[in-house]
Amino acid sequence: MKRFWLWAPLAMFVIFFGVVASGLYSPDDRNHPSKMIGKPLPTFDLPVAAADRPALSSRDFTGQPKLLNVFASWCVPCIAEVPILTQLSQQGVIVEGVAIRDRPADVDRFLRQNGNPYHAIGSDVDSSIQLAIGSSGVPETFVIDGKGVILHQHIGAITAEDVPAILAALSAAR
Amino acid sequence: MIAEAGLAALWIAAALALLQFVLGAMGLNDSRAELRAGVRSVAVVQGLFVALAFGLLITCFLRSDMSVKLVVENSHSMKPWLYKFAGTWGNHEGSMLLWVAVLGIAGAAVAIFERRLDDATLVATLAAQALIAFGFYAFLLFASNPFARLNPAPIEGLGLNPLLQDPGLAFHPPTLYLGYVGMSIAFSFAVGALITRKVDAAFARAMRPWVLGAWIFLTLGITAGSYWAYYELGWGGWWFWDPVENASLMPWLAATALLHSVTVLATRDGLRAWTVMLAVVAFSMSMVGTFLVRSGILTSVHSFAVDPTRGSFILALLSLYIGGALALFALRIGTVKEGNQFDLVSREGALVANNLLLSAILGVVVIGTLYPLAAEAISGTKLSVGPPYFNATAGPIALVLVIVMALGPLTRWRRDNLKAVVSRVALPVLICAVALLAMAAFAPPIGILPFLGIVLAIGVGAASLAPLWKRNLRRTPLFTYGMVVSHLGIAVALAGMSTERAFIKETLVAARIGDTANVGPYKIKFLGIEPIAGPNWTALEATLQAQRGDNLPFLMKPQARMFSSPPTETSEAAIATRLDGQLYLVFGKGDGTGRWQLRLWWKPMVTLIWLGGAMIAFGGMLSLIGRMRREWGQNDRKAYGV
Repeated sequence: MKRFWLWAPLAMFVIFFGVVASGLYSPDDRNHPSKMIGKPLPTFDLPVAAADRPALSSRDFTGQPKLLNVFASWCVPCIAEVPILTQLSQQGVIVEGVAIRDRPADVDRFLRQNGNPYHAIGSDVDSSIQLAIGSSGVPETFVIDGKGVILHQHIGAITAEDVPAILAALSAAR
Repeated sequence: MIAEAGLAALWIAAALALLQFVLGAMGLNDSRAELRAGVRSVAVVQGLFVALAFGLLITCFLRSDMSVKLVVENSHSMKPWLYKFAGTWGNHEGSMLLWVAVLGIAGAAVAIFERRLDDATLVATLAAQALIAFGFYAFLLFASNPFARLNPAPIEGLGLNPLLQDPGLAFHPPTLYLGYVGMSIAFSFAVGALITRKVDAAFARAMRPWVLGAWIFLTLGITAGSYWAYYELGWGGWWFWDPVENASLMPWLAATALLHSVTVLATRDGLRAWTVMLAVVAFSMSMVGTFLVRSGILTSVHSFAVDPTRGSFILALLSLYIGGALALFALRIGTVKEGNQFDLVSREGALVANNLLLSAILGVVVIGTLYPLAAEAISGTKLSVGPPYFNATAGPIALVLVIVMALGPLTRWRRDNLKAVVSRVALPVLICAVALLAMAAFAPPIGILPFLGIVLAIGVGAASLAPLWKRNLRRTPLFTYGMVVSHLGIAVALAGMSTERAFIKETLVAARIGDTANVGPYKIKFLGIEPIAGPNWTALEATLQAQRGDNLPFLMKPQARMFSSPPTETSEAAIATRLDGQLYLVFGKGDGTGRWQLRLWWKPMVTLIWLGGAMIAFGGMLSLIGRMRREWGQNDRKAYGV
């Protein structure tokens, strides 16, 4: 009995080790999922953010499922995902944009230099809409169904590998 | 060339650590005892080379050498020199190098100064220390090279996290690391003693000054860190049970327990197994604390997952060292003879109670810190354990601990008479009872923990001084004074915590220029806002006039700072320290219509918390000096044949 207790500290450490190792290797640990998933979009009405795109409001999310992409002209990873978003929009996916803490001139320059996959872009000057939908950084992309309910959140730039998951979420939203 | 020289020095130090380990391990066999001779010198040279490597990295930062990747990522040529200097360890690679540098230098210090351990145990200790260092050298060289170059070199660096641009934080990590890594020596001593099966009083006397030294640094580091978080983060509280804070508290709890149990082992040759266990636990907590938090696994699993190689490497090292030591403990401790026995009512008994209570708090903190991680691993949900859990669990145990702490020094070693103890504690208990009655009669309702805290602080303060009662103060050894000062420091800190918690006043207002607000005894008038610029930031500065009663009004200027690289906002609180507390003002955001958020706090007696922390560390220093002096005195007498 006494000898057993001598091994107890080691046993406790092994448990600790297991917990940490599983934390280290668990696949989806990069997400801090929005608490808003499964809930309807908050009501908002954003002003125009770019010269050749209309403004965006929560009423625009009716009919078919759409993507809501949170981006900013000052965000470097956002540049990386523009080609992917463009490819998606060429496949018929509607991408709505929310420009965070940005100026119209900067957004125009960003779209001119990198391409413009967006259908409409709203300007969220003080990040209030971003925070209201549970996004904590740029870029982030949300899948919104035809009734304006948030179904899926993607944190970080969308890479080619992420496209199937995004498309799957969109088709599930139909 | 500087970066290459630094890398070369690191490789040489790593090679020397390997040599030190091999020589030490082979020298343990008595038939090859001649191998032991070189171990001490190798340890010293290893310490010199790793110190050189760290010095060269500092040089790269001070010269803003933008061809070094780490400098680019964490520095900026416009920064004040102090923060270029501190930028050296304000990042992953640099802090790892600091860690291993302290490890190497501590090993060298053992090799130079340790004269009490028998030869075999010392060599085993140095071999264990070399093995720990070698793992971290390998980690630096293969997974996080601080000297990596960037080609082409950019013109400018990215800056240092603005929160870290503070003189307090420039010296907080090195202090804390001296404490953390100092525990590695206790760990290596324990491993050495387990290997040679010499866990006895002589071993404890050799280990004690190292434990004491590391504990002093740990105490200072925690106190400074707590004050930094208090004034710099603009949070206005002094302990948040944040995982990062807990990471330094956990080793401190274990080290405090170890400090007391090593005294039992040194004085009475009791608690052998327990002392060895605590030495292993204290350093394990240091490693778990630093690395898991540094790597971000506790706060968010993010940064670990970004680079799984680093995570796996660190985890492998941790399991090798901690698992190895615990297995060695289980295998060997049975063959170590049990130490002396003692009565329940005795100094040893009180110290065992102290140890158990400290361990209970440690367990509570460990569980609270790791539970979110475990919950996520098991059920996949993310949750956090906040201050309510910690206050409700650790708080009451800490109060009991404080009582034991007050009683312990009033008992005698080995066996004591309960009646005698009662008569010795009568006066402090009486003072405590008077405080209790006075509080019950006059204090407003303030909550049970703050209430008990204030009463106990008074009683413990009295009891802490009691060991000096009726003693010849000039012949009282310095280490007794050290204990008295440290224990009094606990009472002072407890008084500060309880008073602040009980009587704090907070006002949150959205004020226009010209408005006034009241907080505690102060009237605050909002005079105006103006933009100002610092060396690498711009800020909005509010001018507030504070007035207490009819005293002269004075101006206070809290700021909301904006740093451009990387873009970050910080709030610089304005703090006015008075004898009876601090006025703490934070300036927040505007709502666009001319109203600005102001947070105003009056914190009575809050400075006692850090004064207490400083006293605890100072008491440790007195003890250390007292012990060293006594030992050197004995050595001198031996040397001169007196």
